[in-house]
Amino acid sequence: MIHTKDLSKAYNGTTVLNIDELTIPKGQSFGLVGNNGAGKTTYFSLLLDLIKPTTGRITSNEVVVDQSEDWKPFTSAFIDESFLIGYLTPEEYFYFIGDLRGQNKADIDALTSQFEDFFNGEILGKKKYLRDLSKGNQKKAGIVAALIGNPEVIILDEPFANLDPTTQIRLKQILKDLAQKQGVTILVSSHDLMHVTDVCERIVVLEKGNVVKDLETNPTTLKELEAHFSGSMATQEEE
Amino acid sequence: MIKHFLNLEWKQYFRSSYWQKSLALNILLVFFALYFIVMFLGLGFGLLFILKKAYPDQDPFVIANSFLFYWLIVDLMMRFFLQKLPVMSVKPLLTLPIKRSTIVHFVLGKSALSFFNFLPLFAIIPFSIMLIREGYETAQILPWMFTLIIVVLIINFLNFIIEALSSKTDLPFLPLLATVGVLYGLEYFGIVSMTSLVGDAFMGISNNSVLILIPIVLLAIAYAFNFKILKEKLFLDSGLKSKVTEVKAADLSWTNRFGDIAPFMQLDLKLIWRNKRTKSSAFLMLIGLLYGLFFYTQPIYRDSLYAASFVGIFSTGIFLISFGQFIPAWDSGYYKMLMSQNIKYEQYLRSKFVLMILSVVIMFVLGIPYVYFGWKILVMHFAAAVYNIGVNSHVMLYGGSFNRKKIDLNQRAAFNYQGTGAVQWIIGLPIMLIPLVLFTIGNIFIGFEAGVAILIVIGVAGIVLHKKLMKSITQRYLDSKYKMIDAFSQDN
Repeated sequence: MIHTKDLSKAYNGTTVLNIDELTIPKGQSFGLVGNNGAGKTTYFSLLLDLIKPTTGRITSNEVVVDQSEDWKPFTSAFIDESFLIGYLTPEEYFYFIGDLRGQNKADIDALTSQFEDFFNGEILGKKKYLRDLSKGNQKKAGIVAALIGNPEVIILDEPFANLDPTTQIRLKQILKDLAQKQGVTILVSSHDLMHVTDVCERIVVLEKGNVVKDLETNPTTLKELEAHFSGSMATQEEE
Repeated sequence: MIKHFLNLEWKQYFRSSYWQKSLALNILLVFFALYFIVMFLGLGFGLLFILKKAYPDQDPFVIANSFLFYWLIVDLMMRFFLQKLPVMSVKPLLTLPIKRSTIVHFVLGKSALSFFNFLPLFAIIPFSIMLIREGYETAQILPWMFTLIIVVLIINFLNFIIEALSSKTDLPFLPLLATVGVLYGLEYFGIVSMTSLVGDAFMGISNNSVLILIPIVLLAIAYAFNFKILKEKLFLDSGLKSKVTEVKAADLSWTNRFGDIAPFMQLDLKLIWRNKRTKSSAFLMLIGLLYGLFFYTQPIYRDSLYAASFVGIFSTGIFLISFGQFIPAWDSGYYKMLMSQNIKYEQYLRSKFVLMILSVVIMFVLGIPYVYFGWKILVMHFAAAVYNIGVNSHVMLYGGSFNRKKIDLNQRAAFNYQGTGAVQWIIGLPIMLIPLVLFTIGNIFIGFEAGVAILIVIGVAGIVLHKKLMKSITQRYLDSKYKMIDAFSQDN
């Protein structure tokens, strides 16, 4: 589904991302972990053609993302709050995204009604602008907006940060369902090793722009990841 | 502490991407500044001779004083629209061990160093020197000069008070216009002679220099009041935190007749209506509409078709200019999202285009009553509207692709009252001047009809080539996509 080949991104000669080859099959829930500056957001930005790769390419469903825009209809994302339009209400924002994705109001209403639990009564029908919502509620709106229009690929950067514990658990359930029952390819990045091992079938560890680990999730994965990160902490201290 | 602030200011200015990317604009600004300095110097040295020639049998010093009232009013108006209180990002400073009052003193002190305060000095000081050379008492002129300098500072702080108070209203420039209008009306209809009132006050100070204490006290009051207003705003929950407003949704389903661009048009209309900055650019249309009255009621301008051509371009194009020059920066806050969505760039741009065209048509229709002042004015306005639709709209869209400055719609920085500064108006100048020149060429060499025809033909050519132009404009935007995303995701 998503094929990355010889991809690199450099700013002023400093390479921040360098992936020789990475293939994510359809329907996989894929987790990206790494410390700050490891290249997670850079990789997602490249996937969405928000920045230009220095070398190499990403192919999504046979479409080269920086050459054609045909990947847009089946891809959706929520990277950060800058994906929200502050002066709209959540409903208006959902309808707007729906319009862009060929969904009518009834479709959107049907979709958002499934997330009433997730919204916890704080998003819909409140007559508030998105800019006036709290960070956590903004994030909820952004994540649900990324589910509009039956996308085949969903990209979420740090979806668990800023969410309260109840919502984190609900979000994990939603993401699992999407991948397992509907065959959606989900790409998630996180600093929270526990959440990411809960949700993802496969976890890739980035370090200074390079893939250093590529794991199928099994009961020992969390231990392995914890060992890896505390180990890298130890080596850094030695440096 | 001040040293740290100055250091921060310096870095903020020179490290902003805006400065680095618009060197040409900065050079242009410097040229304008030099131009005004030369003008004021000329005024300072020449005023005495001008007054002597115009009023040979009166005391030029008294005459100059009687004009001070108009200077005060114009200065206040100019400042209101062009000068902003210096912005300082205070949020990071609040938790540091810095006294709040230090921050406020710094911001206010910085505003006293504004170009607007130095400019009058270039006229006041030479004029005073000329007066002394002419034989006036130094003891009389010096207090007068210092009074003027103090008054300049009073206006400086008074302007910020007016801005602070009026920024809470939906029509921020109404209170000022009302005040100035009333003052001018009192003078014009001879109810209270403001000119002699102000003139006498200045004469009084120059005759009895102890009275200079009065303006000094006024200055202190204005400063203290500003200090109070700003200090109150330096709390996270008042000035910096946004107020939660209840949504008033309007039915925008009429836009559906525009087909595939309807979602964007609805978004743009909400953008305009729900943000202070954009709203004030919509209210500018009102000023643009009434602008003609200012010219056409005076016989000198009514007969001059150049005035009509200027008013025509300005009034039909005012929204086009004030809104258009920030395309696509209005959407900079969520530009990343738009770029990753399933949209066609061309639709996005076409929505902006249709909006601008609609505004031109509406402004033309509302301006039809000007036919009262002569049919030529209506013809002129029509030609200007066609030119705006055919040429300026495309120029605006094209120019937008060079736009690299983020606009933070959500921003309610403590000291940010107004959206537009001097820079934005300078950008608008060529847009208005080029059609004026085109018309003048036709008018001088052949006649009125030719001047109008030139504008219409060029405008129609633009309309005919619309599809082609849009295609190349869209390509421009696509080519600079990454640069725009990068610039819009930077602060400042």
